[in-house]
Amino acid sequence: MTTQLTPTATPPTSRRTAARRLTTRVGRVRELGIVVALALVVIPTAIVNPRFIQPQSLRDLLLNASIVALLAVGQTLVVITRNVDLSVGSVLGLSAFLTAQHFADNPGTPLLLGIGFGVAVGLACGLLNGLLVALGNVPSLVVTLGTLYVFRGIDYALAQGKQVNAANLPDALLDLGSSRILGIPILVLVAVVVIVVAAVYLRSYRSGRELYAIGSNPEAATLAGIPVARRTLTTFAVSGLIAGLAGALWVARYGTVDAAAGTGLELQVVAAVVVGGVAIFGGSGTVTGAALGALLLGTITSCLVVLQIPAFWQQAIAGALLLSAITVDRLLALRLAKALRTSEGTSHA
Amino acid sequence: MRNLLRWETALVFLLVVVALTGQISTDGSFLSGGNLFYLGLDIGEIALIALPLTLVIVAGEIDLSVASVLGLSSALIGWLWNAGWSLETILPTVIVAGAVCGAVNGLLVTRLGLPSLAVTIGTLALYRGLALVVLGDTAVADFPASYTSFGTTPVPGTDIPYPIVLAAVLAVLFGVALHASSFGRSVFAIGANEEGARFSGIRVKRVKLSLFVLAGAVAAIAGIVYTFRFSSARADNGVGLELAVVAAVLLGGVSIFGGKGSLFGVLAGVLLLGGLRNLLILQDTSTEVLTIVTGLLLLVSVLAPSVTRRVGSLRKAAP
Repeated sequence: MTTQLTPTATPPTSRRTAARRLTTRVGRVRELGIVVALALVVIPTAIVNPRFIQPQSLRDLLLNASIVALLAVGQTLVVITRNVDLSVGSVLGLSAFLTAQHFADNPGTPLLLGIGFGVAVGLACGLLNGLLVALGNVPSLVVTLGTLYVFRGIDYALAQGKQVNAANLPDALLDLGSSRILGIPILVLVAVVVIVVAAVYLRSYRSGRELYAIGSNPEAATLAGIPVARRTLTTFAVSGLIAGLAGALWVARYGTVDAAAGTGLELQVVAAVVVGGVAIFGGSGTVTGAALGALLLGTITSCLVVLQIPAFWQQAIAGALLLSAITVDRLLALRLAKALRTSEGTSHA
Repeated sequence: MRNLLRWETALVFLLVVVALTGQISTDGSFLSGGNLFYLGLDIGEIALIALPLTLVIVAGEIDLSVASVLGLSSALIGWLWNAGWSLETILPTVIVAGAVCGAVNGLLVTRLGLPSLAVTIGTLALYRGLALVVLGDTAVADFPASYTSFGTTPVPGTDIPYPIVLAAVLAVLFGVALHASSFGRSVFAIGANEEGARFSGIRVKRVKLSLFVLAGAVAAIAGIVYTFRFSSARADNGVGLELAVVAAVLLGGVSIFGGKGSLFGVLAGVLLLGGLRNLLILQDTSTEVLTIVTGLLLLVSVLAPSVTRRVGSLRKAAP
């Protein structure tokens, strides 16, 4: 570092870059941390049971994590703007049931059209959430808690206790859930594409950067001329759209769908996002981190099965992991704030 | 304040409407003693947990782990009972365990400065997970009838179920604490302006910690009620109940941002949701309608103040 070379005349800028460097390093450490945690979980399991890292079980691992990872991408966009979308589980359920019923009632439906139908259902739900939050000026926690009930209720009312079985679904859809390209399951590829698109959008597009600005300081964002209401509406619409897509893929993956599909999934998704380093109060985090968080939670579940630890432990471990993730984040943030404060102090002196 | 009063008036009005519609459409059986007994039993746990949760939300925090604490205390009752403990020692132990759960939430929020939403989503999973670890997927049901009978019999000579008596006593205590004590004033002050509260000498961290401890302890009591009411200790007792309780509290006019709300409104909110549910069941309406109605009521309760404010400002803007 330059400061060590010229201790007598410390230029304020170099101190400041030091602090900035720490900022980026913390950001990188965060994602590296999840990768290390993944390794800590996978390596011992693989030593105990080498079959755990065979291609087939790795494929299952990715497949199981991909739906939560998809939802986590949409949730990340929302959480970055200092909001939360608790309705994703219900949107997924509604979209899954309607998609399955659509395919069952219209056997000739082209694959993409049917999936597009599920996506449209999700988009409509997301738009409703977004309109209520952005125009009603109501906290998103409450709005999406309300729509969590409403969408699930509509789901049950439409299903009336029925379920759609794999026998009534077109083979093309079920193939989508099980077939692979170059050895990688298609569902995983879909999730990866969505993650990459969202990551590039958040990193390199103006409106993507504006989401961070909104989450860091909504008032300042408004004063800076950012269309806060419109961006908020968009994030909820995208979160709903992705949940709709996840619902259609859920049908492809599991084949049998009733009105209870995806119940309680919202908490898993929020957990994945928070473990993945997205601050619950907005302004920071990446979709890659959130997707890695989903993968970590899914991997832990699989490891418990392989290690023959009772599945009862899974939930307790997920909870403990979430708590330690936010604790570590907090401690890092405190250290960072301290470093920034010292650099500010010297530059003013 | 005027807005708040108006909201509670609206709630009471809605309650009267529900009661009258129920009374007319069921030929008088809605308000009969027998039905009110079941209505009371049905809302017992929600009413209990809503009391401390009101204080937590008024202070600007949230606790989503309450239903998991309920489940953990139910699992502990079953586990300790299987281990041969007497119920006289189990019940205080379980309440203390609930308080410890609340203290963990409170310490993470106050000492580390973590957001309560994230902390209690974490402990929601953690406590429910611990309940599963303690009891697995088995159920313990061989409790003595002297304890489980209160779920089927009212207080002698009345139609009042025992859980409601408990909730009423606690409601008076919490009502006095929130609305007629300096502790309650500091809870409101913290919710309205935490910084300001600290500078005026309120021990913000200590007050918040005590609220989380209270929420844990009362959730454990609700777990005891739940266990004996169904005469079944299970790890998955009360899954998802946290959303119903939060919905009741917010429907009761408590602001999610803190600083506003009253215990009276919350009790009206609990009664309204319970009454609607009961009425729909009496009408043989499917429960999914109830789910939709719960969600819509919650949306209306938060949209109404926002809309009236907007209309008010438009009226002011017009000459």
